[in-house]
Amino acid sequence: MPFTLPPLPYAMDALEPHMSKRTLEFHYGKHHQAYLDNMNKQIAGSELEAKTLEGVVLSSWNNGSPTPVFNNAAQVWNHTFFWENMKPNGGGAPSGKLADAINASFGSLDEFKAQFKNAGATQFGSGWAWLVADKAGKLTVEKTPNAVTPLVEGKTPILTMDVWEHAYYLDVQNRRPDYMNTFVEKLIDWEAVAKRFEVATA
Amino acid sequence: MASGRVINLARFLGRAAEPAAAAQSSALQYSTVGGVAAYKLPDLPYDHSALEPVISGEIMELHHKKHHAAYVTNLNKALEEYADAESNKDLQKMISLQSAINFNGGGHINHDIFWTNLCPEKDAAPPSGELLAAIEAKWGSLDKFTATFSAKTAAVQGSGWGWLGLNKETKALEIATCANQDPLAAKGLVPLLGIDVWEHAYYLQYKNVRPDYLKAIWKVVNWENVAQRYKAAKA
Repeated sequence: MPFTLPPLPYAMDALEPHMSKRTLEFHYGKHHQAYLDNMNKQIAGSELEAKTLEGVVLSSWNNGSPTPVFNNAAQVWNHTFFWENMKPNGGGAPSGKLADAINASFGSLDEFKAQFKNAGATQFGSGWAWLVADKAGKLTVEKTPNAVTPLVEGKTPILTMDVWEHAYYLDVQNRRPDYMNTFVEKLIDWEAVAKRFEVATA
Repeated sequence: MASGRVINLARFLGRAAEPAAAAQSSALQYSTVGGVAAYKLPDLPYDHSALEPVISGEIMELHHKKHHAAYVTNLNKALEEYADAESNKDLQKMISLQSAINFNGGGHINHDIFWTNLCPEKDAAPPSGELLAAIEAKWGSLDKFTATFSAKTAAVQGSGWGWLGLNKETKALEIATCANQDPLAAKGLVPLLGIDVWEHAYYLQYKNVRPDYLKAIWKVVNWENVAQRYKAAKA
């Protein structure tokens, strides 16, 4: 059975003015869709079809020597995760156990934001910035190139920011720092992140 | 306080790259002002709008005046910090600066070549003479070469470049791709023609359809420049 893309959790224009409808039309409608279509073509008729998406990602990672399927499968997974951690009128601050964990791991929310944006800025080329939680609730910021995801290291991401140029070029062109500020201040769905944190530390 | 010494970028690219890289780095514009060493952003050999409709003026302005300019600024900053660290014998700091030097230095080298590899469509002519003969000998025809080059370059994962290079040892032409801003010289090839496939090189115009960009760009390739580089590389 071929995989399908979950619908976006909101309308294409719902994240305006922080992320334009035009960006969503291309990013979801073309990039994310193409990763899915290409993955389906690659795995058609193979035993990968019977796995979950995560299973396809881990299998195609092939212990660090990824097969051609990995680039598509991981990007399908990464982008679904990305849409789910944004919301209209997002941003603000986390609360409860997640807020406590951020303070414990980084000292303050501001320090977390600085480290997260620095990860996005120093991921030269294409990639992702991540917030990762371990079972004990310790949080770390990571960055990965291209399609790579903390999943392949057996880690549990709870937040991600796409820093491939296609994520922001139509809106702010070369100004990646502006995009990252907007993402952190206006787009993060802290409730979604908190739910993932809860699952990660259960 | 910068030492003002010329730092050969080839040092950072590894032993194997030295002959190819040194020849390349020496072509970069460099100035020393008040004892402070600095690489310079070159001017384009044509107006920003000169490659239309193949590459829009908007893309060329951003690509040259923002992206390439940032590589130059950040390269100079990293080199100045490196010189400081070196004079303070701070080895940890020197090591920590290497990725920024490699990335921004590679970006500067690559784009410096790229602008010269392109020209307005009306000035572009197909390759001839020795270069054409070498291309036909290796790939059968110019069309087969461009199709192979485009296919390999379209397949670059994430950001990177497609290159036609000359293997210094075998004197043979080769197609290669590099990730991010990794310089071709690190693969022991002298760069002759590079095509940037970072999304910033084409996104505003071609969006996600990288293959359309790769099909169109052949119209503005400056084969005369490629032939000059080929001649110099064989010497």
